[in-house]
Amino acid sequence: MIQIRHVILLLLLGLPLVGQAALEIRITQGVEGAMPIAVVPFGWQGEAQAPEDLAAIIGANLHRSGRFAPVERQTMPQRPTRADELDFPAWRGQGSNYVVIGRLQPTGADRFAVQFQLFDVAGGRQLTGYSIPVERADLRRAAHMISDIIFERLTGERGAFDTRVAYVSVTGQGSERRFALQVADADGHHPRTIFRSAQPILSPAWSPDGRRIAYVSFENGRSEVFVQNVDGGDRTRLAAFEGINSAPSWSPDGRRLALTLSRDGAPDVYVMNLADRSVSRVTQSRSIDTEPAWMPDGRSLVFTSDRAGQPQLYEVPVTGGQPRRLSFEGRYNGGASISPDGRRVAMVHGVGGGFRIAILDRQTRQFRVLTDGRADEAPSFAPNGSMIIYATSERGRGVLAAVSADGRVHQRLVLQEGEVREPAWSPFRE
Amino acid sequence: MRSSHVISRSLLFVLMAIVLLTLGACASVDKTATTDPVLVGDVYDDGRIQGDRHSGVETSPLGRDGRLTADALSDPSSPLSQRVIYFEFDRDDVRADFVDVVAAHGAYLARHPQARIRLEGHTDERGTREYNLGLGERRAQSVRRMMLLQGASSDQIQVISYGEEMPAAMGSNEQAWQQNRRVELIYEGHRR
Repeated sequence: MIQIRHVILLLLLGLPLVGQAALEIRITQGVEGAMPIAVVPFGWQGEAQAPEDLAAIIGANLHRSGRFAPVERQTMPQRPTRADELDFPAWRGQGSNYVVIGRLQPTGADRFAVQFQLFDVAGGRQLTGYSIPVERADLRRAAHMISDIIFERLTGERGAFDTRVAYVSVTGQGSERRFALQVADADGHHPRTIFRSAQPILSPAWSPDGRRIAYVSFENGRSEVFVQNVDGGDRTRLAAFEGINSAPSWSPDGRRLALTLSRDGAPDVYVMNLADRSVSRVTQSRSIDTEPAWMPDGRSLVFTSDRAGQPQLYEVPVTGGQPRRLSFEGRYNGGASISPDGRRVAMVHGVGGGFRIAILDRQTRQFRVLTDGRADEAPSFAPNGSMIIYATSERGRGVLAAVSADGRVHQRLVLQEGEVREPAWSPFRE
Repeated sequence: MRSSHVISRSLLFVLMAIVLLTLGACASVDKTATTDPVLVGDVYDDGRIQGDRHSGVETSPLGRDGRLTADALSDPSSPLSQRVIYFEFDRDDVRADFVDVVAAHGAYLARHPQARIRLEGHTDERGTREYNLGLGERRAQSVRRMMLLQGASSDQIQVISYGEEMPAAMGSNEQAWQQNRRVELIYEGHRR
């Protein structure tokens, strides 16, 4: 595998960022042999300018996955918008394996129909095509859904473009620091602040239905666990016991929340039944037991413990019992995120004085360090398991980054001002 | 453990005596305080009436007639003036060079049952935020335990962990990290 190291701004690709993006995404390392695909500018059948450049959004998404190399517009031999206009020999000559064409037409006040088709250039045939009715506010989302359809048709894996990322932004210095819990589309657009505080915010966690987020807030001078709707409403304080209340993680069925409490002494892992707020203790030790993450079957939790002297990952049945150690490489492993299939565990791995993101295959025991930062932390799997988003620092500033689970594709998500940290990738949207 | 506790306690009395001698010298009035170290605690307890019992602020007996208001917590020569305890990386045991300081605060709390203290545990930025929240608490707890050994009561001490979220120094180097691995001792109603 040959990795090519380069920094490509989306602008250089001829894919202008549309609108105000709070997070700018840069592909910092791609894959040689990414599949050439042409996403032709969609036809617009309304007046004036098209309200959104859907082809640019789709191209940027496919490019970000590292699996595709979108063709620059100026090298396209033609710009068809209908199937009968397609000149396949011209595209074969140009070198694209696939061509995407589409049309956007107004169907009412702020209502549109988006049609697209994906063609295999070699075979000269359509692979898939859809017509999607959409409102103006959801045009970008329609482009993400189309990206997901194309990605799945060509790779066999479900796409995760139509998803979101929650993160904490920090602006200001010293006593002027301000924290905000934000939710943006997976491409960094449409950032919305759902909670603001002068005190730190930590560990956002999505409910499995993607409607709620649990997190830690220090607004009352200490760590407490809150939950609220992603649209901003229905905020509730869930845990404010004596001592630490932190590290929330939703059970796969959405009915329980694993969390860390130190109300009975040292920090231990507990499970709260959300219906009646009853709490049961999962681990019992004098060590620091924290950062619980559910296995997809909902039967066990992976957590961090320094019971052996140094922080390492362990797995324990939700009903309690003897934890089994999972990580053995190096002197520091914590902050586990479990892949959606339960097979892989991403973690913060201490190595040579720095912290990097590593991945462990639970079946083969293969262990791999995926990143090369100095302070990489807070890994979170995309719901399709293809990428891991994490926090890192760039020239002393907190930024988000993403790496493909195979370590081949690297991206940066940089906030225009201040810092970003504590990313959490949402579940699929239904 | 036991013997070092005894030693630090007697050391404390000597230090308290020095504090009182200084106060006595400045004011040159209260002879009882300057004669016998054994009496020191008693005199202080009487004198505390002058202070704000609820704030934990202490004034010397001499403040009664307005000539001098001394504050043992503000006396820069007292070990009580030291309100930050520093730690080694990923460790929660109180360093040998801070044992006497922690013991002095514990003994102060024991002598002043109305005093209240908050122990804020902090870590440097290395490692995960959630683990550091646990580590900050464990640091504050080990300071708390040492204070309890000095006779402080558990309802005088509140423990809070901020993990790595409230750094005292910015920067990603050992100099900043050293300043951030700490427990801050904050007396209720008393300025930092």
